[in-house]
Amino acid sequence: MSASATSAPRRFAFSPRRVRDRIGDAVLYVLAAAAALLVLVTVALLAYELVKQSWLAISEFGLGFVTSRAWDPVKSEFGALDFIFGTVYTSFLAVLVAAPAAIAIALFLTELAPRGFRTVIGTLVELLAAIPSVVIGLWGIFVLGPFVQHHLGPFLSRWLGFLPFFKGTPQLTGYLPAVIVLTIMILPITASVARELFLTVPRDLKEASYALGATRWETIRGVVLPQTRGGLVAAVMLGLGRAVGEAIAVTQVIGDTLGIHVSLFENGDTLASRIAAQYQAAATNIHISSLVYLALVLLVISLITNIAAQVIVRRFERQLAGR
Amino acid sequence: MTDRAQFSLAPTRQLRRRQIVSKLMEGVMLVSALAAIAVLGLLIATVIERGHSALSVDFFTKGPTTNFLGTTGGIANAIVGTIVIVAVATVIALPIGILVAVYTSEFARGGVRRVLAFTLDVLNGIPSIVIGIFIFGLIVLSHQQSAYAAGVALAIIMLPLVARSTQEVLALVPDSLREASFALGVSRWRTVTGLIVPASFGGILTGGTLAIARAAGETAPLLFTCALTTTKISWDPSQPLQSIPLTIFQDLEQPDPALHEQAWGAALVLLTFVLVVSVLSKAVLARNRRKLSR
Repeated sequence: MSASATSAPRRFAFSPRRVRDRIGDAVLYVLAAAAALLVLVTVALLAYELVKQSWLAISEFGLGFVTSRAWDPVKSEFGALDFIFGTVYTSFLAVLVAAPAAIAIALFLTELAPRGFRTVIGTLVELLAAIPSVVIGLWGIFVLGPFVQHHLGPFLSRWLGFLPFFKGTPQLTGYLPAVIVLTIMILPITASVARELFLTVPRDLKEASYALGATRWETIRGVVLPQTRGGLVAAVMLGLGRAVGEAIAVTQVIGDTLGIHVSLFENGDTLASRIAAQYQAAATNIHISSLVYLALVLLVISLITNIAAQVIVRRFERQLAGR
Repeated sequence: MTDRAQFSLAPTRQLRRRQIVSKLMEGVMLVSALAAIAVLGLLIATVIERGHSALSVDFFTKGPTTNFLGTTGGIANAIVGTIVIVAVATVIALPIGILVAVYTSEFARGGVRRVLAFTLDVLNGIPSIVIGIFIFGLIVLSHQQSAYAAGVALAIIMLPLVARSTQEVLALVPDSLREASFALGVSRWRTVTGLIVPASFGGILTGGTLAIARAAGETAPLLFTCALTTTKISWDPSQPLQSIPLTIFQDLEQPDPALHEQAWGAALVLLTFVLVVSVLSKAVLARNRRKLSR
C-alpha cells in the first residue's frame, strides 16, 4: 500500500476527463461556429461572384441594362427590360390566382375538413410542392400547352376576348401556360405556410365569435384572417419569391421570345428562363456576362421579395409575442 | 298577431343571407382544396400513363445508345449520375447543416441567432439557377464541369433545409434533459453528441431525406455545373455525369418522339423516388415529433 496514491490530493484542473471535456467543448464550438460562418460567407461569396462574372456587362451597359430592350447576341447588344417585364408579369398573375386559392385551402384544412382527413389532405397538398419543376415543365409542354391552345384559350377568347388580356390567338406556348405552371408551383408553398399560421389562432377567440352567433365565414373574416394578416402577407411574398426564380418549368412553356405584351396568349420570356435557355449556347464573353447580369437582376428581385417577407414575419411574430 | 311574428325563432331573411354567404365561402374552400388534389392526381396519372411504357429492365440497366434511328436505350447513366451527385451533396450539406443547427440552438445568443436565421432564409430564397451560376464561376471556370461541382451546388440548396429542420427537432428536445445532463457534470460536447443529437436523430434524418428529395429533382443548377455529359455509365464524381432531371430537360429539346417517351419514363422514375421519399419521411417525422413532444 503506497501512501502517495491515496493521500496526494488530485488536482482537479488536470484530471484527464476535465482536459478532454475542455478540448471537446472547444472543438464542438469551433466546428459549429465555422459552419455558421460558412453560411454567411456563402451568401456573400455568391453576391461577389455574380458581380465579378457580370462585370464586363456592367461596365459595358451600366444601369441602363435594366431599361434596355435590346437582346441581340450578333450585334452584342443586351438589355433586361423584356425579361424583367416577363418575370414580374407572370409572377404577379400567378400570385393573384394562387394566393386566394392557397388561403382557401389552408382555411379548409384548419377550419372545415373533418379531423381525420386533415393530415391526409394536408400531406397531399404538400406533395404537390415536392414534384420536381422539370416534371411540371414536361407536363406543361405536352399536356397543358395543347389544352391551352385548343380548349382553354379559345374559351377565354370567346367569352372574355374584349379584355386586353385575351386578345389574339392562343398558341402552344405563352404567358398563360407559364402563369398556370407557376400557380401550381406556388400554391402548395403558400398554402402550407398559411395553414401553420391559422393553427396559431387561439381557440377561445374563435369560440367567442361563434358564441356571439357569427357564422363560420364571419368568424374567419372577423377573427382568423385579421389575427394572421401579417403572416399571410409574408406567405404570399414567399410564393412570389419562388415564382420569380423558377426557370426550368417556365422556359418550356413561355415561348422564349423577346417582347412585352399584355395579352396572355403572346409569347415572352423571364429572367430565369432566358438564363436557362441560353447559357450553354452563349459564345461571346459579353453574351455570357450579360446572362450573369440577368442573374444578378434576378437575385436582387428575389432578395427584395424575400427580405420584405422576412421583415414582415418578424414584425408580426413580435407583435403576437408582445400581446 | 304581429307581435308573435316578431318573436318567431324561424331565421330572419338577414340570418338566412348570412348563412348562405358562409356556406358559399365554405364551398369555395372545399373546391380549392379539391382542385389542388385534382392537379396532383392529374400530374401523377399523366406521368404514369405516358411513362410506364418506357420502363423495362434495359431502361434501368443500360445507358443510352448513340444510334439515332434505333432504340434510345436506357437511362442507367443518369440514374447512377443522380445517385453520385446527390450523395456528394448530402455528404457536404448534412454535417454542415446539423452543425449550423447545433450552433443556433446550443451556442448562439439573440443577435447572432437572428442574423443566422435571417441568412438561412435568404439562402433558401435564392433561385436555384442563380446558385448554379455561382458554382459555375466558383468551381467550373477554374476546373471543369463535374459531379463534385453539381454536388456543391445542390448542397447549397439543401443546407438551409437541413439546418432549418434540424433546428426544429433540436428545439423539441426538452430543456430538462439538457439541465439534467449538465447537473451531472457532463460537458457540453458530450451532452450534444451523446444526448441531444441522438434524441432527435430520427427527426434530423427525415429532414435530411426531405432535402435529398428536393435536391434530386433540381435541374437548373446542373445546367452549368454538370451538363456536358457522356452516355457512359460512370461512378466517378470528378467527371461530368448525366442526371435524371437533365435527361428529361435535354430530351424535351429534341424533336424525336422516342426521346419524349424516354423523358416521360425518366419523369416517372424521378417522381416515384421523390414522392415515396417525401411521404415516408413525412410519416416518420410526424411520429418522431409526437414521441419527442410527449
